[in-house]
Amino acid sequence: MWHLITAPVLLPMLTALVIMLPPVHYSPMRRRWLSMISAAIQLILALMLLLQVQQQGMLHYAVGNWQAPFGIILVADKLSVVMVCLTSFLALGAISYGSAGEDEKGSFFHPLFQFQIMGINGAFLTGDLFNLFVFFEVLLIASYALLIHAGGKNKTKAAVHYVVLNLSGSAIFLFALAVLYGTLGTLNIADMTVKVAALPAEDMMLVKAGGLMLMIVFALKAAVLPLQFWLPATYSSASAPVAALFAVMTKIGVYALLRVYSSVFGEGAGPLAGLAADWLLPAGLATIALGAVGVMASRDFRKLVANLVLVSVGTLVSLVALQTELSAAAALYYTVHSTLVTAALFLLADLIANQRGKAADRLVSGRRVIQPVLLGGLFILAALTVAGLPPFSGFIGKLMLLQAATEPTSRLLLWSFILISSLLVIIGLSRAGSTLFWRISGSDASGEKAAPLQVFGVCWLLLASPLLVAFAGPLTGLSQQAAAQLYDTAGTVDIILRQPASQGDTP
Amino acid sequence: METLFACCIGFLTACGVFLMLRGRTFPVVLGLTMLSYAVNLFIFSSGRLTLRGAAVLGTTEQYADPLPQALVLTAIVIGFAMTAFLVILAIRARADLGNDHVDGKLPDATNMKKESR
Repeated sequence: MWHLITAPVLLPMLTALVIMLPPVHYSPMRRRWLSMISAAIQLILALMLLLQVQQQGMLHYAVGNWQAPFGIILVADKLSVVMVCLTSFLALGAISYGSAGEDEKGSFFHPLFQFQIMGINGAFLTGDLFNLFVFFEVLLIASYALLIHAGGKNKTKAAVHYVVLNLSGSAIFLFALAVLYGTLGTLNIADMTVKVAALPAEDMMLVKAGGLMLMIVFALKAAVLPLQFWLPATYSSASAPVAALFAVMTKIGVYALLRVYSSVFGEGAGPLAGLAADWLLPAGLATIALGAVGVMASRDFRKLVANLVLVSVGTLVSLVALQTELSAAAALYYTVHSTLVTAALFLLADLIANQRGKAADRLVSGRRVIQPVLLGGLFILAALTVAGLPPFSGFIGKLMLLQAATEPTSRLLLWSFILISSLLVIIGLSRAGSTLFWRISGSDASGEKAAPLQVFGVCWLLLASPLLVAFAGPLTGLSQQAAAQLYDTAGTVDIILRQPASQGDTP
Repeated sequence: METLFACCIGFLTACGVFLMLRGRTFPVVLGLTMLSYAVNLFIFSSGRLTLRGAAVLGTTEQYADPLPQALVLTAIVIGFAMTAFLVILAIRARADLGNDHVDGKLPDATNMKKESR
């Protein structure tokens, strides 16, 4: 069981390799089933890892048995394992949806999907900043290829922007890492925490520059205001299951911000403490405002959902900027909720677009959908959840994050931005819903019904919302524990640097 | 040596950024390549510049930090793969969109000039 922590990285990689081998590769059915079964096993293993972390506390694993701070380590604390569980849950829904036919529109859909899951899980589990860069690149190169899956002018155009932006982001990431390594002499996150606390005054400005460059990179991945222009075009042109998986990619940026700026530049960092907060709070709030305006202004449904992603990113980044345990707990709960519901909306947008003929997902009057009850029911459920109305998970998430703002100024800003943006989101969604389902013109319904696997994919992701409400007690408890563990930097450093990780002879 | 090295990195970065801001895909690809060269040299210098320093323990009095060398190697490999992908994507975009502008369409001024001819 000691090696369980490597499973979320190794299993998707091995699955991807097996799918590309001849007995599986030449049969679409085998590819699909192998990919789905592997995703299900990944979910079970991630839940087992969560159980293990809850029982035994934080786990860390020295790859190749080279001890930290010299070797590369994987760290599983509650925060990272919850994110891995979220990814596995999301991946199962997205792969099921893709297996209904979307995967055959281009080659290598399933292997690329698995490679991307590997990169995402690795980015969550790593305890080393350079390794984080490597896993970022793994998930990015898979996402580049997935973005142009099935081809088309729009996809190519969006992909050129996306690839160039992310390559320049990678270059800035490397500059930041080199500055930090040159001054601190380490890239292990726990060890950096120790070194920053004991930093000589003459290196202060260099480390500050490095830390802020890192912030730019993570903000680019998370799509925070001045760096968000790529997101709507990219997400709305990707094919549905890919867009659903991309819903978790912005959250990786938020996760990295939370991880680095709560430990390395956290309370113990002396003059460098709270380095990013001054920049992140206004940027996050502005992102919420821009996303809400985007929701109102969108002329097709997929763009609207992409703008909903922006709203959720803005909310999360402003929570990260508050830098308290309470806000981190709220951010974790809200991440799980918002990722799953926006992913479900991307899938649903595709289902609706397929049944509306030429109008597709544009918000104009069009043909009647064939399954108005099913799609309309799913839409109203998803819309109520994402807007944060009771009794769904969005309501609890919003409640937690409103409570997380305890200081008067932050409360004033956060409350007004979040509540007004919620109102705009409700207006935008009700307008979209009434146009899609009720403004009917032209010929009678025709086209294909939604395949059972597609309906399963959407339902699986939407199922999370009632579950998040039903088990709200234990889940909010878990996110509070995760936040407490994240802010207990002294304890983390002690476990990672002073207790030897996996020995060869330990079972 | 330090001055020359720093000037090299600065010059490469400046060229890279300038080229990246151009409107066609080919200069952008070149710019990214230059930027990644600059990054690689920069990472290398983060282990300090030493002459005749071995990276292996027990061979000389003076040691070079081996970690930046390993980091540079990783960065070179990744950068190479990404550049190759970007070149293919740029060719694909040229074929799909009919021009090599990064936005997929030529700016209005150029279009107007063409029409007036």
